[in-house]
Amino acid sequence: KNANGNYTVTLIPGDGIGPEISESVVKIYKAAGVPIEWEPVSVTPVLKNGKVAIPDEALHSVKKNTVALKGPLATPVGKGHVSLNLTLRRTFNLYANVRPCKSVVGFKTPYDNVDTVLIRENTEGEYSGIEHEVVDGVVQSIKLITKDASDRCARYAFNYAKETGRNRVTAVHKANIMKLSDGLFLASCQEVAREFPEVKFDDLLLDRACLQIVQDPSIYADTVMVMPNLYGDILSDMSAGLIGGLGLTPSGNIGRDASIFEAVHGTAPDIAGQDKANPTALLFSSVLMLRHMNLNSFADQIEKATLKVIADGKVLTSDLGGRSTNTEFTNAIIAEL
Amino acid sequence: QDVPSSKLGGRYTVTLIPGDGIGQETASAVKTIFKAANVPVDWEQFDVSGYTSADDKTFKQSVESLRRNKVGLKGILYTPVSSLGHSSFNVTIRKDLDMYASLVLCKNIPGYPTRHEGVDFAIIRENTEGEYSGLEHQSYPGVVESLKVITRTKSERIARFAFDFALRNNRKKVTCIHKANIMKLADGLFLNTCRELVSKPQQFDVMVMPNLYGNIVSNVGAGLVGGPGIVPGCNIGREYAMFEPGCRHVGKDIQGRNTANPSAMILSSVMMLRHLGLDDHANKIANAVSKTIMGGAVKTPDMGGSSTTTDFTFAVISNL
Ligand SMILES: Nc1ncnc2c1ncn2[C@@H]1O[C@H](COP(=O)(O)OP(=O)(O)OP(=O)(O)O)[C@@H](O)[C@H]1O
Ligand SMILES: Nc1ncnc2c1ncn2[C@@H]1O[C@H](COP(=O)(O)OP(=O)(O)OP(=O)(O)O)[C@@H](O)[C@H]1O
Ligand SMILES: [Mg+2]
Ligand SMILES: [Mg+2]
Repeated sequence: KNANGNYTVTLIPGDGIGPEISESVVKIYKAAGVPIEWEPVSVTPVLKNGKVAIPDEALHSVKKNTVALKGPLATPVGKGHVSLNLTLRRTFNLYANVRPCKSVVGFKTPYDNVDTVLIRENTEGEYSGIEHEVVDGVVQSIKLITKDASDRCARYAFNYAKETGRNRVTAVHKANIMKLSDGLFLASCQEVAREFPEVKFDDLLLDRACLQIVQDPSIYADTVMVMPNLYGDILSDMSAGLIGGLGLTPSGNIGRDASIFEAVHGTAPDIAGQDKANPTALLFSSVLMLRHMNLNSFADQIEKATLKVIADGKVLTSDLGGRSTNTEFTNAIIAEL
Repeated sequence: QDVPSSKLGGRYTVTLIPGDGIGQETASAVKTIFKAANVPVDWEQFDVSGYTSADDKTFKQSVESLRRNKVGLKGILYTPVSSLGHSSFNVTIRKDLDMYASLVLCKNIPGYPTRHEGVDFAIIRENTEGEYSGLEHQSYPGVVESLKVITRTKSERIARFAFDFALRNNRKKVTCIHKANIMKLADGLFLNTCRELVSKPQQFDVMVMPNLYGNIVSNVGAGLVGGPGIVPGCNIGREYAMFEPGCRHVGKDIQGRNTANPSAMILSSVMMLRHLGLDDHANKIANAVSKTIMGGAVKTPDMGGSSTTTDFTFAVISNL
């Protein structure tokens, strides 16, 4: 991706507070001298052959650059259309969703020892979208689990564990009840585990994971948890709750054809355009992206500066209990670089 | 629920299935306390184990006994994970006897502080359909489909149960986590719930939801108020009622060590006494448990103490 020594990354600012928080990231990257050139594109849906679709320009940009950073998107209301997020996921085969959650020093919640990493299968499971009403009042919904999808998700989890030095993978499932479907997912993980003899492997029932994560999340600080779609959705959102909400949690979608890093919070229309938004979630997602691109020193530098500003507690946005603007918060981070 | 039960000369016969793991220890705590408190209950005990085969004779007998007595107290039966293993006995009993509603009470116990204070909500969970349908098949090598079935009849039935429960127990709010047909939409709703639950659990009162979500929420709830050792529960249908610890954990890792916290089982049996109309006995035992925990001298390891199951049981008896 070297153009003139730089990497080109697609930037999808998104809706609502999206443009403001994207602007913060761009400013911080410039100040830190990160060798990235942004290619901003809009994904506002267009009509193509009578169907709602993502503009070609955006698709080409992501395809070419293979890495993108994305702000929140407003889901168009109305029945019958597939959400943009789902379209992106299908278009680029984004098969694994990675969500690290770490307590932020200086931001008080009932929990101060969270350090979890969750990897969620992103393409099938309960989200297969295959459901129908068999007869009036009886609905069937199909959970689809395939060996291929389970294998590649598991393989990503083991690679992630190896690269981040966590060296342990824990599969979360309910194979005692869903013997075949979750059973297949578990079997895939066990099989992939054999390719990684240096990484420890164990598995855990979903109920127990839920119980323990709210009682003492620190016991999962040395492992990478991997699980089917729905469980991942639930557990990652709950972990976000443990550290104080979605305003602080990063997320990355790893795919065959491209990887898209995004803030998972909403567009916050109530504060859009008022310079009040907290850019941390998007910024931390971009840090995840830098690590994905092996730009680790920049990742560490930006992460450290941000954590420092939050821990100092002098310049905070209102969602963190402060009274500063996004611009002031961003400048404070730049001053810490 | 006005469920008839086996009652003879003022005494009740109740089916007792201690279950695997810590079941024997916690069931014997209940038996000892009932005896000390002169509770007019006679047990019909079946030592069923989930480690046996699907056609286990004791298992069948225990279900027959439940049919007869209409009321039971149960620990948790182990369910094999292997795809060759039998399906869950726990699920089978609930389905066979159509005990469609599961009720779990998550409440902070005075004298046992946790990260969250002021938590007090009831979880009502549909027990007989949803993701636990057991309908699964491999449509092609490496491709498995699992069916989730949701019906209007059962959804309405559980909703009615939840509102009825709220009215009877003077609860003000019912939060419904439904997903009748737009699964996507309802899942979003559910996720939000989980996040809210760990950050502001005090806002919930009665929650009603389908099967799998109930499993998750009850474990999160237990985590909030102090663990699986203290959260009671029951399964109720039109004809039968079976009381069992709310989180449904086997606890095989601490089996036989006399360290399990019997509170979840004792409080489940208290719910059972209320169901049988033995309110005086129920209150007496519930108060004794509170007093024991408030006293702070006798705590099992999960509560940060070093007392045994037996110590705790005797402490409850001395507080009767
Ligand atoms: N990055 C952020 N910085 C500050 N506040 C935020 C941020 N993200 C969300 N919020 C706040 O959290 C609340 C919920 O946000 P969210 O964006 O999910 O709202 P929403 O109405 O659900 O929007 P959407 O429908 O787009 O998801 C809002 O009140 C919003 O102000
Ligand atoms: N009554 C209790 N008192 C104290 N600890 C308990 C009690 N019930 C469950 N636990 C603990 O809660 C944790 C979760 O228990 P769990 O029962 O899930 O283990 P299990 O069911 O034997 O194993 P698995 O669920 O993985 O099959 C265990 O560490 C167990 O010891
Ligand atoms: Mg939202
Ligand atoms: Mg268990």
